[in-house]
Amino acid sequence: MSIKLEHVNYIYSPGTAYEKKALSDICLEIPHGEFVGIIGHTGSGKSTLTQHLNGLIRATSGEVFYNGENIYAEGYDMRKLRSQVGLVFQYPEHQLFEVDVLTDVCFGPKNQGLTPEECEKRATEALRLVGLKEKYWKSSPFELSGGQKRRAAIAGVLAMRPGVLVLDEPTAGLDPKGRDEILDQIAYLHRQSDMTVILVSHSMEDIAKYADRIIVMNKGKILYNDTPKQVFSHYQELEKIGLAAPQVTYIMHDIREAGFDVGVTATTVEEAADEIMEAVKKRRGSV
Amino acid sequence: MKHNMIQTEKLIFEYEKRDEEGNVIGTSRAIDEVDLGIEEGQFIAILGHNGSGKSTLAKHMNAILVPTGGTMWVDGRNTKDPQELWNVRQSAGMVFQNPDNQIIGTVVEEDVGFGPENLGVPTDEIWKRVEDSLKSVGMIEYRHHSPNKLSGGQKQRVAIAGVIAMEPKCIVLDEPTAMLDPDGRKEVLRTVRELRHRKHVTVILITHYMEEVIYADRIFVMDHGHIVMQGTPREIFSQVDTLKSYRLDVPQVTMLADELRKRGLDIPAGILKKEELVEALCRLN
Repeated sequence: MSIKLEHVNYIYSPGTAYEKKALSDICLEIPHGEFVGIIGHTGSGKSTLTQHLNGLIRATSGEVFYNGENIYAEGYDMRKLRSQVGLVFQYPEHQLFEVDVLTDVCFGPKNQGLTPEECEKRATEALRLVGLKEKYWKSSPFELSGGQKRRAAIAGVLAMRPGVLVLDEPTAGLDPKGRDEILDQIAYLHRQSDMTVILVSHSMEDIAKYADRIIVMNKGKILYNDTPKQVFSHYQELEKIGLAAPQVTYIMHDIREAGFDVGVTATTVEEAADEIMEAVKKRRGSV
Repeated sequence: MKHNMIQTEKLIFEYEKRDEEGNVIGTSRAIDEVDLGIEEGQFIAILGHNGSGKSTLAKHMNAILVPTGGTMWVDGRNTKDPQELWNVRQSAGMVFQNPDNQIIGTVVEEDVGFGPENLGVPTDEIWKRVEDSLKSVGMIEYRHHSPNKLSGGQKQRVAIAGVIAMEPKCIVLDEPTAMLDPDGRKEVLRTVRELRHRKHVTVILITHYMEEVIYADRIFVMDHGHIVMQGTPREIFSQVDTLKSYRLDVPQVTMLADELRKRGLDIPAGILKKEELVEALCRLN
């Protein structure tokens, strides 16, 4: 169970004045069960890349393999692929449309040709997974708060039981608690179900906290593909392409410059606190 | 006496809830008796979780919504007075979350000129304003560009220029950075901070990003339609646990300082900048 891209190129509007190369020779492998973060400034090719993963966009050249099978091969079941690689778009709540939450979440499984009973079973399971309380299941999706709507929309994708969950900025516009809740829930799902998770985000802090590996996109190419610590150690290069490191990374650099013996690879508050406590102890010990 | 730019007295806003036939089945209060005063020229931030009422409050500031109870004055004008509607809208300009929904022109300078043109400003004066506002958001070199080729941050700065060109006394920005990448966020924030110095306007920033409000003069925190906290950024962010109870957060450096204090280091509360944390650490024995 893996995704593999080989020399993928994608050109928008080829042969016209608006021709634009959006992806350039992308080679990438995402093994099953990984939590991958994708970062890049607006227009760097992140969304174009994610839309290749379930065949929504067809590469201009190059190949995409899902579980070893070429998705562009003749007779390949694209429909099945789309239910296997679940894509949660930005502002997914704009796509809610049914009379109540439960029916909305049933829409995906219904299209997979499952029986009404099975659809409902999967929908209730998905709603539990995203932590949406049962009292809301019969409400109109439009009566829910922003965070609840977003959960309902994510449940709609989870109800198809995808092997890969791709989320394009799932926390945009949510309050801090809402952001943490959604991401914690996704991290929990990831641990429970060995589902592959691909998270596209503009929040370096979130990516640092959750991802095992980060892919940095710039001008349609992969600039880095490494662990968060390795990627954020290139913070100056990241700034040049419109990104940044998490705030703690900068703090650690400053503290080191002020003469404390701290490592600078911390990317979360806990790691940073550990490092600083250690350095303060050392300093006190030596006086 | 100097009057406040924004003043409310027991401001209430109620939504009607309706069933499928359209019958009113109850009301829900988005804003509940808010008393608030914002002085002219201040940089104000409003924080609050989704559904806390902050956007509803913002929409009162240029009379997109009018109170169902109590009163709101913008630059001394009662927003409930239909005669004052256009004056209110001219006093307070709004910038919204999604730049793509706010840009209408096919060329940047045309888009910026749209507002003053609608106000009946003479043509020469429009061009002067367009140039001036594009300069103040740092987008003058893009004046002849097509807005749809710009990045999110650039589009949002054009949207801000469009508002400035109408010469409002007050600009309300409702989550202007929510859809932007880190660079875009930085650009927009820098622009917002410079605005009040260059243009002497009152700035009201609504956001979910805590790091964005550390330069505000004053912060209001909303919850369930009430203002539950107000003070300087340092006063507000020194109350980490209270903020969390309102589903909010603190900047990462404040969080780190708080964590270190909990682990026994002698570090003051309300640290907002990394320089302050470094200094506090250096002062430890």
